[in-house]
Amino acid sequence: MTSQLIEITEADIAEERARNPGAFAAPLRERMKAWMAWVAATALTLFCLHRFGFLSGDFLHGVAKFGDTVISQMFPPTGYESLGMFLKAIGETVAMALLGTLLGAVVALPLSFLAAKNMTRSRPIQFGTRRGADLLRSFDYLIWALIFVRAVGLGPLAGIMAIAIVEIGTFIKLYSEAIENLDRKQIDGVTSLGGNGMHRIWFGVLPQVLPMMLSNTLYMFEHNVRSASILGIVGAGGIGFLLGDRLRAYELREACLIIILVVLTVYAIDYLSKFLREQLIGDHKRREPIDDAVQV
Amino acid sequence: MVTNPNAGPDVSVARGVVARFEKQYAVYRRKKQVTMALFGGVFALCVIAALITTKFSLWTLVEGIPRASEFLARMLPPIRLGTFGQDFSAWYWGAGEWFNSLLNTLLMAYLATILGTLIGGAISFFAARNLAHNYLVYWIARRVLEIARTVPDIVWALLFVFAFGIGPVAGVLAITTHTLGAQGKLFAEVNENISPLPLDGIRASGGNWFHEMRFGVLPQVLPNYLSYTFWRFELNVRSATIVGFVGAGGIGHDLFTAVQLLYFADVGAILLIIVATIMAIDMLSEKIRHSAIGKASFSH
Repeated sequence: MTSQLIEITEADIAEERARNPGAFAAPLRERMKAWMAWVAATALTLFCLHRFGFLSGDFLHGVAKFGDTVISQMFPPTGYESLGMFLKAIGETVAMALLGTLLGAVVALPLSFLAAKNMTRSRPIQFGTRRGADLLRSFDYLIWALIFVRAVGLGPLAGIMAIAIVEIGTFIKLYSEAIENLDRKQIDGVTSLGGNGMHRIWFGVLPQVLPMMLSNTLYMFEHNVRSASILGIVGAGGIGFLLGDRLRAYELREACLIIILVVLTVYAIDYLSKFLREQLIGDHKRREPIDDAVQV
Repeated sequence: MVTNPNAGPDVSVARGVVARFEKQYAVYRRKKQVTMALFGGVFALCVIAALITTKFSLWTLVEGIPRASEFLARMLPPIRLGTFGQDFSAWYWGAGEWFNSLLNTLLMAYLATILGTLIGGAISFFAARNLAHNYLVYWIARRVLEIARTVPDIVWALLFVFAFGIGPVAGVLAITTHTLGAQGKLFAEVNENISPLPLDGIRASGGNWFHEMRFGVLPQVLPNYLSYTFWRFELNVRSATIVGFVGAGGIGHDLFTAVQLLYFADVGAILLIIVATIMAIDMLSEKIRHSAIGKASFSH
């Protein structure tokens, strides 16, 4: 017996379409909604392009200038005689990131228990801590750095404080989410053996959340090395100070060398942090949930 | 001797097992302690080195506290309930200009998100291992994305200010560059996780590479793209508030000027505008993300 292909005519399709319109296309209302969204987005884009002057000849002029005078003047990078100074500043950058992250983590750890729904009975305290953390996080590192430079003067201390303040906010959020996701049974076990609050936290909570916290902290350290590399642009220490200085003085070749050094440092720290996370926690298989939650 | 299968295990054997376990556990604990001590020691050394490098001094910090609190106090001028209207409008004397800057900031973030997502999205098809057919193209695409996102946006802003002058164009380009790097990477990962079956179907019915991308890949990845884009917009609003520090437009410019000129009340007013905006955008974006795309698509 041979199988035969069924001949489908246009009429068959039309008949099926009439009988079952939902299978061929979404309802008109929904299609209209989607179209409106696309049209509005496109119109707003065009309006922005026009408003900022992307559609004028000046923009093309700028593109040409960017190619001619910026990119071509950056290569080849020079300034190898100052390499020692640059490397020292990079060391300072990494140190700022380390201290800022550490300070943030130390302050955030106790506060994160207050911000966790399953640890704090009082709703106002829990909610208030969360919102306070959001407040700290909502300003960029550079804004805090700008303010701390005024308060404690030029130099790495302002940068450390800026990183620490943002990280207090970030860590309260990340830690308290880790605490909220823990398994209740271990705590019940400790309670059933007569453990008090301290015991519950030490034996019931921390063993469950510590790997996650360590992993998140290392990840944020990695992220903060990137942030720290630019804080110097507003005077808060590190390699950014030299970079901003070279750029403002139009020393693009030296600036290029610094950028290359920063990129290499960032890569090196990324690898180191990934290695440490694997060694300490053995989570190399697991995709970091905060990869998605933190700026890449 | 016939052993009774129902009898419990020999007590001496059990003792031997326990003893062996205790011994192994002790060795394991010792090993773990040594590792932890080693890590701890290296970590402590790193912290000490960092303290020395940055000349960290608690004293400077303590000294800075009164100055910082004075700074904070002056950022919030006295507002009495009786004369609330006048006090508030005196505080927000520059409101017209600031809200114009704020509008620019939001539009900069929007435009940069759109442009960066379009360019990054286009590159992501070449940067996904399962879609790129040419290894050289794949390698170049990956490196371009890497450079675009590893160089901080504020550095891009400084470079673009040279060519495009002071103003929002440089800011938009800087954020666009960073966005295309980040979106390209995330999108490429989404592309790598798709099911190959629809692509096979399209190839079987005679579709070319473009058809495969348009009808095989895009429907699978679009929900994730959208949620990443909303989230990127949130991040870009933050970036757009700071690129103004180096002259690339937006409210950061007003903030920078106010801090430089020590107009504390202005600093406070502008910071309040920024924090209100960012919190509103975060809430709005979360709502849109959840309603338009559904939670399921974000669990990728």
